[in-house]
Amino acid sequence: MSSTSNTTTIGTIGAPSRRNTELALLVFAVIIPVFAYINVGLAKEDTVPAGVLGYALGLGLLAGVAHLVVRKWAPYADPLMLPVSTLLNGLGLVFIWRLDQEPQITTPQLGGAMAPGQLMWSTLGVALFLGVLIFLKDHRVLQRYTYISMVVALVLLILPVFFPARFGARIWITIPGVGSLQPGEFAKIIIAIFFAGYLMVKRDALALASRRFMGLYLPRGRDLGPILVIWALSLMILVFETDLGTSLLFFGLFVIMLYVATERTSWIVFGLLLSGAGAVAVATFESHVQTRVHNWLNPLELLNGGVTETAQAMYSFGSGGILGSGLGQGYSRLIGGIAPKSDYILATVGEELGLAGVMAILLLYGLLIERGIRTALAARDPFGKLLAVGLSGAFALQVFVVAGGVTGLIPLTGMTMPFLAQGGSSVIANWALVAILLRISDTARRPAPAPAPSTDAEMTQVVRP
Amino acid sequence: MSELTLTVMRLGFLAVLWLFVIVAVQVIRSDLFGTRVTQRGAARRGGQEQRGAQRQTAAPPQAQRRQESGRGGNSRQRRGAPTKLVVSEGTLTGTTVALQGQTISLGRAHDSTIVLDDDYASSRHARIYPDRDGQWIVEDLGSTNGTYLERTRLTTPTPIPLGAPIRIGKTVIELRK
Repeated sequence: MSSTSNTTTIGTIGAPSRRNTELALLVFAVIIPVFAYINVGLAKEDTVPAGVLGYALGLGLLAGVAHLVVRKWAPYADPLMLPVSTLLNGLGLVFIWRLDQEPQITTPQLGGAMAPGQLMWSTLGVALFLGVLIFLKDHRVLQRYTYISMVVALVLLILPVFFPARFGARIWITIPGVGSLQPGEFAKIIIAIFFAGYLMVKRDALALASRRFMGLYLPRGRDLGPILVIWALSLMILVFETDLGTSLLFFGLFVIMLYVATERTSWIVFGLLLSGAGAVAVATFESHVQTRVHNWLNPLELLNGGVTETAQAMYSFGSGGILGSGLGQGYSRLIGGIAPKSDYILATVGEELGLAGVMAILLLYGLLIERGIRTALAARDPFGKLLAVGLSGAFALQVFVVAGGVTGLIPLTGMTMPFLAQGGSSVIANWALVAILLRISDTARRPAPAPAPSTDAEMTQVVRP
Repeated sequence: MSELTLTVMRLGFLAVLWLFVIVAVQVIRSDLFGTRVTQRGAARRGGQEQRGAQRQTAAPPQAQRRQESGRGGNSRQRRGAPTKLVVSEGTLTGTTVALQGQTISLGRAHDSTIVLDDDYASSRHARIYPDRDGQWIVEDLGSTNGTYLERTRLTTPTPIPLGAPIRIGKTVIELRK
């Protein structure tokens, strides 16, 4: 703000590109997982693991190439997003490799070692990240595909219904010979594009044409249409795919973006009421959802003479304490199956790094989300604002749903911790998400071009409408 | 591996992880940019440094700005040219801005050079800039309530005589030597 003193001037500071800060943080973000890798090797086998050089070079190469591409194609992009994503992905790889060292949960029936596969998926993810940065010159191009992305997202969300359920939820599609993927992970990006394009056009009608009733703005019946359609769709996902996570992500994202677009608190109230009513209604007849809720309410119940996964996850958090048992020295293999590598990876973090480590990891997610929201604040075009809010909102919801599920705050759902957990679709989709956010932040932070020269102001007169 | 080494590594790892978080927060803190208030003397030196830095880059928009700065330099040498802009009435009374060839924007928008806290001002109300000869020009940017030079409402970019009051809402500014 301005000062009233006689001796001061007010000037604007141009945003520096901050690429060197990013490079320094990236070096840091590569060293930390390598440290973790060595630590696990020393704890498990008393030697520095043989693969450490390859791992360090691989992660360093991925980070280096990503940095160079950002320097060339998005020079003003946010300096924190890439290092934080690299660190989370690198730590995730170390944790998966660390769980691969447990023979009980690395049997061929369970898929064997998963770290090499995850490394391949991470490489593909970074490749997609680079592709998005190089080929998406301007995020506003996405605005043209508003309704196409609606169709694509709906297809991606509906497709898994036609494939057999795995682990109780139909969220995978299986392509013979290639493997299986979770289309919901990609749908969250595409649906955010649709919501951003749609709400940008409709937000005035949604925000202004409303009656005030008891301090709440009640929308008109016809404006309520879209939110009811989305609600019905998310309930159908819940019923037919028996997946709480995707349903919650889909509906929650819509409510967040609606709130940001219209600034009306009433949408949040409606959203919470609708999702609460829907969840309760579905839970009364869907057995899979009932099981999840039952496990959540009775975590320590004995089942078939043993404790449940939920109980094991709680025990691992408990045995970790404040400072943790140390990398490679926990017992989260007792959760059983591949769950400790995918859904419950946060339990491993909690046991081996303790409360201090979990808080650091959650803060890293928080920083990534904060940078996304900050990008939305700085973005100059409404579509970019809404898209940045939508993407970081989807990311935040996913982190909340998984972390809340593992720690027993809400019923567990079948989603993956972004970057950290084992899962190809998740890591690829999240790298693409970070790339779009970086593209928006590059546009937002780029210094504005100088005002048009007015050299011929005297000769010609500009007529303004 | 001895218990002690492992304990040291465990605590060391947590420390490094938190160090990363703290460094990241520091980056965010230093990344909050906006307007800056500087001492007049320092500002002039800073302006020259900035100009030097811009000269090194060859990007078209910056080259444009460089030309403007160059023009500003000439205008300062001209005799009788104003050197500062003073707010003489309104909530910002007493504020001065050194005229160094830069475009000064006035309005309620937060990124304006002079942010007006005035119900009668538009968000981008007017701008004041030097023309090719170093003569300062005021231009109304399509504001709702208009910009007045002396008693006349501006319709075209108009040269500013020294000491003539420019009125925007309740704020009056003038150029002085």
